[in-house]
Amino acid sequence: MVRIETNSEAGIFVISIDGDIDASSSIQLDDVMRTSIAERHPKIVISCEKLAYISSAGLGVFMSYIEDINSNDIKMAIYGLNEKVMNVFEILGLDQLLNIVNTKEEASTLVNEV
Amino acid sequence: MLATFSWVAMTFTDLTILFARENDLDPGIEEYIPNIFYITYTLSLFIFYRFRVEKAENLNFLDLLWRIFVTGLITTVASLAIKSIDMIMGGSKLMEYKVVIDLQFLLHLGLLIAFLVSTFVVWKRLILYQKSKFLLRTWSVFEYSMFASLLAIFLPAEIQEYILYALILMGLFLSVNMKWVAFLTFKQKWKSILLLLLTILYLVYFYISLTQMRTEYDFLLVAKDSVFIRAAFFFCTTYAAFSLLVILFNLPTSSAFEQKLDEVVNFQRLSQAIQTEQSEEQVYEILLDSATRVASADAAWIEVSQNGRMEYFTQNITTEQIEGIKRFVKDKKLRGVLDFDSADRNLKGGQHLSRLKDNLFKSIVAFQLIVNNERMGMLVLLREVSDGFTRELTEITETFVNQAAISIEGFRMMSDAIENERYKEELKIAKQVQSKLLPGVLEGGRDFEIAAFSEAADEVGGDYYDAYQINDDKVALIIGDVSGKGTSAAFHMAQMKGIFHGLAQMDLDPKQFLIRANHAISTGLDKSSFITVSYYIIDQSTKTVEFARAGHCPTLFFSEEEKTSKYFTNKGLGLGIIRTNDFENYIQVSSFQYKPGDVMVLYTDGITEAKNDKSDEYGYEKLKVVLKDNSSLSAEEIQISLIGDLYEFCEQNELDDDYTTVIIKFK
Repeated sequence: MVRIETNSEAGIFVISIDGDIDASSSIQLDDVMRTSIAERHPKIVISCEKLAYISSAGLGVFMSYIEDINSNDIKMAIYGLNEKVMNVFEILGLDQLLNIVNTKEEASTLVNEV
Repeated sequence: MLATFSWVAMTFTDLTILFARENDLDPGIEEYIPNIFYITYTLSLFIFYRFRVEKAENLNFLDLLWRIFVTGLITTVASLAIKSIDMIMGGSKLMEYKVVIDLQFLLHLGLLIAFLVSTFVVWKRLILYQKSKFLLRTWSVFEYSMFASLLAIFLPAEIQEYILYALILMGLFLSVNMKWVAFLTFKQKWKSILLLLLTILYLVYFYISLTQMRTEYDFLLVAKDSVFIRAAFFFCTTYAAFSLLVILFNLPTSSAFEQKLDEVVNFQRLSQAIQTEQSEEQVYEILLDSATRVASADAAWIEVSQNGRMEYFTQNITTEQIEGIKRFVKDKKLRGVLDFDSADRNLKGGQHLSRLKDNLFKSIVAFQLIVNNERMGMLVLLREVSDGFTRELTEITETFVNQAAISIEGFRMMSDAIENERYKEELKIAKQVQSKLLPGVLEGGRDFEIAAFSEAADEVGGDYYDAYQINDDKVALIIGDVSGKGTSAAFHMAQMKGIFHGLAQMDLDPKQFLIRANHAISTGLDKSSFITVSYYIIDQSTKTVEFARAGHCPTLFFSEEEKTSKYFTNKGLGLGIIRTNDFENYIQVSSFQYKPGDVMVLYTDGITEAKNDKSDEYGYEKLKVVLKDNSSLSAEEIQISLIGDLYEFCEQNELDDDYTTVIIKFK
């Protein structure tokens, strides 16, 4: 089960993930990601402070939008990953492709960079 | 036999006594003897008729009435014959003898009793039709009281009167039970009326002729005033009269009852259609037919959407007419008729279609067919009269529709079950095929032994491991995990095997292998799917292992020298994540020298992410410890200990991912 909320804060589109992302709930994440990119928010920050678990299907969602984000000049940062989730990102190598930081401030700074 | 004998005995003894008395002689027979024979006669007749009527289980009501009629006819004709002899010989002196008159009376009495008893037995059968426990008990009391009343002839006259009244009351009470009347058809009712009339006529005839005789002559036999005969006579007549009246009053409603019966029969047909040998189409046909008949509709149709196509079953109506009616209903905005969007599920009562041009029908009612909470289609009934559908009829039709829906649900479930069975069979085959994709036994080298274990959560899985002997010294090893699980993962796993066997023989270094594999796999992989692999080349001439990781779990290594186990932390990126040449920037190749006793453990995340009841993960630490503790064992023993430890950790919790491990022990 996962609850995903979105809101805009000072020009930054924030996606907050709360819960587990497994094969079935990854569809929800995919929906949110797709609309966020379709709406062309230039700055996206994903809050994973309450993300407890992510499966390979969830990683697949992040991975599938890397290309779209780059080609649309969207700046995206992810923050607040717990150790376990971070480890999963690292093993797959996604940490090399995504901007993963510790805090919200770091994430905001990162997307606000020119 | 006993009856005839009793009667003869009764007559003989009675006449003997009489004759003796006339001639002032001592007959030598006590006066109560004829009465005892009278009782025996009645009882034996009763047993005889009871046996006959009860044996004929399948007699219908009309047959029973017919029997009474025939018995009545025979006895009456016999009685008339006796009378006519009396008439012919009227003048002769013979008739003056009391003995002859007594004989006549006895003959009549015998006939009457026979008729009464047979009627009584048949009435019993009719009264007890659809009996309740209470009714059965009351009847038993009545029947035994009737027998007992036979003995009443030995009691004083006053008490006999009381008994008579009591029996008459009981008889009256029982006479109101005539459920059987309701089950007669219209024609049968007319016949019953006729037969009952004649029965009453016979009874009255006997009564009159006997009372006349009684009043004119003095008889010896006490039986002439018997409580039994009077009570039986009264009961038989009352019941016949009651039945006659009830049938008469039931005549006008009998067609409605017949219709009810028809409904029951139709309902049964629908239920029977559940059986598998009938098809869904047949259920629709039966529903259409039954509904039309029950609601006396002039025309009807069923429309069902099947596989996105509208299918019609029609009765007395053409598709053009249906289109016309549908247009009319839409144009006139007759809400709730054919559109079921409104909250009202079914339209109750008729709607007028009188203004519909070129159309015969003036009332319409429609029912939804709902199967598995899904609208399947509808049944529409039409009548040529306005307000043609009463509430009762629509309600009954609704139960029909529901029954049909249940039947169809049954069919669906059955075919789903068969389909499922087929899928299971296919998956079994897929599993067999896939199990051949994984190497059965891995060949060790001169420097190492190897053991592997793999289990899929579903029938087929996405884990892959393999080995390839490049030359005398070099062996290529791979372990991989396709994202997701089940069938799609299994396909990509098969693809991976093809890529491995294609590239491994080219003797590429691990980085080149992964770059080409990424290129090859990317073309057939879904946008959000990826494959993680680790690729190893064991070179026994230099005693080195060269390896690279493409997003796969870090390799676990136990060093015999250091007596510790650790994970290799080289960088890497899963196959299919970046599908351009950029991929090579994310791959790092590492190598190490192995020594005898070193152990390398390859595994998939199904092992580290396996959970127990408390949702704790097995994790990396446990894996490290179990390897260290068992490092002195052979490759196969290490593998068994590792999987054993994993199972122990998970307990009853079923593993919901594929999990694989490959153990390489150097020597």
